[in-house]
Amino acid sequence: MTDQTHSTISLLVNDVTHRLSVDNRRTLLDVLRDDLDLTGPKKGCDHGQCGACTVLRDGRRVVSCLILAVAADAAAITTVEGLAVGGRLQPIQEAFVRLDGFQCGFCTPGQICSAVGMLAEHAAGWPSAVTVDDAPHAAPELDEAEVRERMSGNLCRCGAYPAIVRAVVETAARPGVAG
Amino acid sequence: MKEFAYQHATQVHEALTAVARNAGARYLGGGTNLVDLMKCGVEEPTRLVDVRRLPLDGVQVAPDGGLVIGATTTNSDAAAHPEVRRRFPALAQAVLAGASGQLRNMATVGGNLLQRTRCGYFTDLSSPCNKRIPGSGCAAIEGVHHNHAILGHTAHCVATHPSDLAVALCAFDAVVRYETLDGTGEIPLEQFYLPVDDRPDRETALPPGALITAVVLPGSAHTPRSCYRKVRERASYAFATVSVAAALDIRDGVVRDVRVALGGVASHPWRARTAEAVLRDARPTAELFRAAAEAELSTARPLRDNGYKVALARNLVGAVLGGLAATEGNR
Repeated sequence: MTDQTHSTISLLVNDVTHRLSVDNRRTLLDVLRDDLDLTGPKKGCDHGQCGACTVLRDGRRVVSCLILAVAADAAAITTVEGLAVGGRLQPIQEAFVRLDGFQCGFCTPGQICSAVGMLAEHAAGWPSAVTVDDAPHAAPELDEAEVRERMSGNLCRCGAYPAIVRAVVETAARPGVAG
Repeated sequence: MKEFAYQHATQVHEALTAVARNAGARYLGGGTNLVDLMKCGVEEPTRLVDVRRLPLDGVQVAPDGGLVIGATTTNSDAAAHPEVRRRFPALAQAVLAGASGQLRNMATVGGNLLQRTRCGYFTDLSSPCNKRIPGSGCAAIEGVHHNHAILGHTAHCVATHPSDLAVALCAFDAVVRYETLDGTGEIPLEQFYLPVDDRPDRETALPPGALITAVVLPGSAHTPRSCYRKVRERASYAFATVSVAAALDIRDGVVRDVRVALGGVASHPWRARTAEAVLRDARPTAELFRAAAEAELSTARPLRDNGYKVALARNLVGAVLGGLAATEGNR
């Protein structure tokens, strides 16, 4: 009889396929950090409350601490390490650097992955809790209130929020950037 | 965390069989609550049956103008769906008022209904909790309970249900559709959650092994004039202190249809039938809204530290109804 408490999974992480044997109890976050040495996603609270472990799963932002690695089998994962293309930072990353969107930097990989996912959600026309929903087919402008609401799943213990919001608002306003 | 087996099901029957055959097996949806409770040691399943690949995803418009929302639809997809936003605005607003963008991308509609209370003693294994260990006692009654129930609670449990979605579903007379190996069944949302009574560990009327397959919103509840308003301790990403889902239809200066449900006040979404009876067929005025809210809250039994919720709920009901009365089409 096979050991049912372990599973063999396949993960496409930052465009590289990994075949891994995992204890079913392990989270995607732990596998990314400990098995694949991708330490961008951070273990902040480990309860899905802080957003420091945010990655993209099949293009959508998720908290990797509440996803069992075995349940992520066959998923495409993007961590902050996989955002830059050919050594070129994405606009949101460049904006965080230029506008000082962090202090200690611990929450930054999660903030940036969350922002990438959020901009795509906005481009797809998704509303938020602060969206005045009288025109359900038009995406609202990503102003400060929209960005604060849509990014509320990422806590910053240093309180660098003003610069984080500036970086996201400015990136959203750039032509050619989703959002 | 205890070791457990894992399998993903691709057909409903496969999932039902897997749970029926394995004592201690649990369905796994988005995992946003269950995985966390497993980390805390509150939940110790022997097997997880992953239901996210079942063909239960998506929102369909029903022939009666209502909606069928598949159980594995994510909260994000439910809230963004144009027909949900158009036909049941309060439902989209309720989902968007809950959790964070990341969690809404993971969490499923079915799982949302089955999430457990966020009472701190429920997840604190060193405290008594009748919901976790029946008969062990309730630490919240004399403990930290400023965000606990004011309605429907008993000496056995004063916890609240944390779902925003369920509050809106309750107001709209939604029906929970489920399947067991014996066939399919339906339970109105209003009867889905059991009264606290003396067994707060028994939370829903679902039969053992049942899998939620969809929630159905009846076409008769379709209204463009509905609203969900949530008061909480920070502007976003927090559970409700008190929330209100309401729909109001005024014709010829008289309330023809009204629906009000409260969240954050009881062990389940609280349908405000008493308030609705006061409102129906009456002329909508601020005084009437106030009287209706007062009638509903007249049976409130606040705990030592949550008396503020009574006034808050009363004011919130009045404000939400007043806002709906002032919207286009109701003037």
